[in-house]
Amino acid sequence: MTGDIIMAGFGGQGILMVGNLLAITAMEEGKHVTWFPAYGVEMRGGTANCTVVVSDEEIGSPVVGRPKGLLIMNGPSMEKFLPMLTPGGDLIINSSLVEERQVTRNDIRLLSVPADDIARDRIGSRQMASMVALGAYVARSGIVSLSTVFDCLPKVISKKYEKFIPLNVNALKEGAALAGFHA
Amino acid sequence: MSAPAASPAKRILTKGNEAICLGAVAAGCRHYYGYPITPQNDIPEYMAAHLPALGGTFLQAESEVATINMMLGTSASGKRVMTSSSGPGISLMQEGLSYMAGSELPAVIVNISRSGPGLGGIAPSQGDYFQAVKGGGHGGYRLIVLAPHSVQEMYTLTMLAFDLADKYRTPALILGDAIVGQMKEPFVASPYDPASTAEKPWALTGCAGRERRNVKSLHLKDNAIEVHNWKLHEKYERIRKEEARAESYMLDGATIAIVAFGTAARVSKTAIQWARKEGIAAGMLRPITLFPFPGREVFELARTVDVLLVIEMNTGQMVEDVRQCTPLHDRIAFLGKPCAMPTPEEILERIRLLAGRKG
Amino acid sequence: MSAPGKVGFSKAVYTRPRSLVDVKSHFCPGCHHGTIHKIVAECIDRYGLREKTIGVACVGCSVFLYDYIDVDVVESPHGRAPAVATGVKRAQPDKFVFTYQGDGDLAAIGTSEIIHAANRGENLSVIFVNNTTYGMTGGQMAPTTMLGQKTSTTPYGRDFRGDGYPIRMAELLAGLEGTAYSARVAVSTPAQIRKAKESVRKAFEMQIGGMGFSIVEFLSTCPTNWGMKPLDAQKRVLGEMSEYFPPGVFKERKQADFA
Repeated sequence: MTGDIIMAGFGGQGILMVGNLLAITAMEEGKHVTWFPAYGVEMRGGTANCTVVVSDEEIGSPVVGRPKGLLIMNGPSMEKFLPMLTPGGDLIINSSLVEERQVTRNDIRLLSVPADDIARDRIGSRQMASMVALGAYVARSGIVSLSTVFDCLPKVISKKYEKFIPLNVNALKEGAALAGFHA
Repeated sequence: MSAPAASPAKRILTKGNEAICLGAVAAGCRHYYGYPITPQNDIPEYMAAHLPALGGTFLQAESEVATINMMLGTSASGKRVMTSSSGPGISLMQEGLSYMAGSELPAVIVNISRSGPGLGGIAPSQGDYFQAVKGGGHGGYRLIVLAPHSVQEMYTLTMLAFDLADKYRTPALILGDAIVGQMKEPFVASPYDPASTAEKPWALTGCAGRERRNVKSLHLKDNAIEVHNWKLHEKYERIRKEEARAESYMLDGATIAIVAFGTAARVSKTAIQWARKEGIAAGMLRPITLFPFPGREVFELARTVDVLLVIEMNTGQMVEDVRQCTPLHDRIAFLGKPCAMPTPEEILERIRLLAGRKG
Repeated sequence: MSAPGKVGFSKAVYTRPRSLVDVKSHFCPGCHHGTIHKIVAECIDRYGLREKTIGVACVGCSVFLYDYIDVDVVESPHGRAPAVATGVKRAQPDKFVFTYQGDGDLAAIGTSEIIHAANRGENLSVIFVNNTTYGMTGGQMAPTTMLGQKTSTTPYGRDFRGDGYPIRMAELLAGLEGTAYSARVAVSTPAQIRKAKESVRKAFEMQIGGMGFSIVEFLSTCPTNWGMKPLDAQKRVLGEMSEYFPPGVFKERKQADFA
C-alpha cells in the first residue's frame, strides 16, 4: 500500500503527534515512510501541518505537491491545502470546526468527521479530536492496519499518560466507525 | 530496484537533525559548541540535554566566531568536537575554519543550510555549495564535505566525518538542509567501528615527559609557508584520490543521468522511478562527497549517456564542477531552483523534454 | 694557609626559570615582553605547572610566546584566544590554561570573546599586555591608545570625537560576576616587577583553586613605535600611562561562587 497525506490544523490540536503515530505504524508494518513537519518562525498560534508518505519503495520526496489524502482540522488549513489534493483523493474534515460548504471541489472523496464533538461527547476529552480524525483516515484509506495503530500508541504516548491509551483506542475506533469500519 | 526496508525491530523513526547527534555521540564526540539558528536548533537542544550525562560539554557560545575557536581549542586538545549552524553562522566560522585547516586540526561542522545571501530565509537551499567546497575562508584550503540525503546518512556520514577529519587532520563539513534536517524516517543505529579512530600524537596535553609542542598556522621563517602549502596540497590530492564517494542510482542502460546531491537527489529518485515507468531510461549519479568531488565517475558517465541533467537548489554551483569533469559540455543540462525544493513533477517534466529532444 | 684556588660557586642565587627557553630575545630593546615572559615562567615554575600547562598565543608581537615559554602552546586567531582557551579548558579541566594577549587582540577585535569568557567565569588566566599601540603591524592606533597620542593611523593624535577613548579593560572586566581576579600592574621598576609577580601568582592561584576567570593587565612599552628611547618609554609608563591606567587590584574573589 502506498499513500501520502497532509495533515493540518491549529498548533496544539495534536497534528504532529498523530502524523508521527501514523509514520511509526507504517514503519512497524515494514514499510518505507517519511514524516515532514512545517517548520516556521512563529512559535504560537500558527498553523501546524505535517506530511506523511508511506510506500513499498524507497521514498524520494518527503514533501508532496499533490497528496492523495488530506486531513483538515480547521478552517484556515482548508483554504491552503484543498487545491493540492489529487483528484479522487480522500479529504477528511473535522466538521466540528470546518463547514462542509468550504469544500469547493467535487472531484474528491469527502468524509466529514465531527471530531471535536465525538471527542467531547463520547470520549470525554476534546484533546482526542485528532485521534478520531486519524481513525477515520486510516479506515478510509487502508494505508495501515488500525490494529497496528493501537499497538503503536505506547510509542508516542509518554509513560506519564499511558493510562489514557484506552481513551485513544476508543477515539481511533469512533473515527474508523464513521468511515464504515468496525473493529 | 528499490532497497528493502530493514527489519522493523531495529528501525527507529528519527528526525535527521537528531540522527546527526546520535551519530556524533556514537563516534565518541563529547564536546559541542554552538549558537542558535533556524533550522538546526534540534541539534544543540539534543546535545544540551544529553552530553552532560555522558561526561561531555555543551556550551552555547556568544557567537559562531567564538564557537569555531572553542572547537579549535578542544580539537588541539585531541578531543572530538562538533558544531552545527546554518549559512549566516557558517559564514562567521570561516576565519576559524581557515585557521583549523592551516593548523591541521580535525573537527566536524554541520551546515543545515538555509536560503541566502544575507539573512535570506529559512527555506531549504543548496546555495552554500561554493562556500563549502571551495573554501569560504582565506588562504587556499579544502574541507572534506559530505552531503547526506536521508536520515540514515545523517547518522552514518556524521560518524564518517569524524573518522575522515581525524585521519586527514582537517575539518569536515556536513552539508544538509532543512528537508533532511527536519524530516523523520526510520533509521538503524548501526554500530560505530572504533577501529577507524586515529591516534593523535600531536595533541596538546601538557609536556609531561616530552618536548613542548605547538599547534599553529603561522610560518614566517624562510619558505616555511610555501612548504606547508605543498604539504596541504598533497593531503588534498590524497583525499581526492581515496575518499570520493557517490551513489549510482538506476544507471543501468540510462540515457539521461541526473547529477544531484542531498535533498535534490532525493526528490530526483521519485522522478526517476516515474520516468522509468514511462519507459524513459533515467538514472542518477549522486555525489555523497562534494569535496572530493567524484570527478572520475562524472567523466565516465558523460561518455555513456546522452544527457547529464544537473539539478540543484540554487542557480547553478555544482554544475561548474560537473563541466570541469568532462569536455562534453553540450551534454550538460541544468535545472536549478534557488531556495526551494524542486518537485518530482518538475523534474519529470524536464526528463521528458530531454528524452523527447534526444529521442 | 690556604692554597690559591679557583673561584668556586657553592650556591646559585639566581637562575633562568625552568619554563623560560634559553634563547636570545628577538624583541626590540626596551620592550617589556621579555620581562613579562619571565614573570609568567617563574609563576609556572612556582606551582609546578610546566608539564600540565597549555598556553594560548594570540596575534601580534605576543604570538611568539611559544618561542620563549617552554610549555605546549596553541596559536589562536586574532582576538579569539579566550574562546580557544575555553575549548582547551573544557576538554582538559585538570590542565592549567592561560592566554597571552596584546591590547589590539584583547580590547578591540577580541572584545566579545574576552567579555564572555570572563562572564562565564571560565577557569583560566589571562595575561594582557597593554602598550597602547599595535606593535607588529607598525604602530597603529589601539583601543588603549592615549588621547593625543600620535600613531601611524592617528597622525594628528587620538581625538575622542572621532576615535573614542582609551579603554580600561581591567576595570571593565572586574565589573563582571564571572571574574575572580582582575588587576593592573607595571614592570618599569624593580618594586613594580615584584608586585606584578604577586598579581600573576594570585591570578594563577585563582585557576588552581577553581575560582574562575583571572586577568592581569600589564602596562608595557613599545619604544620602537612610540618613537622613544627605552628609558623615556619607562618614564611614559610611570607618568601619563599610569595616570590614566592606574595600577591596582580591581577584583579579588575570596571564595568560589560555584564551589
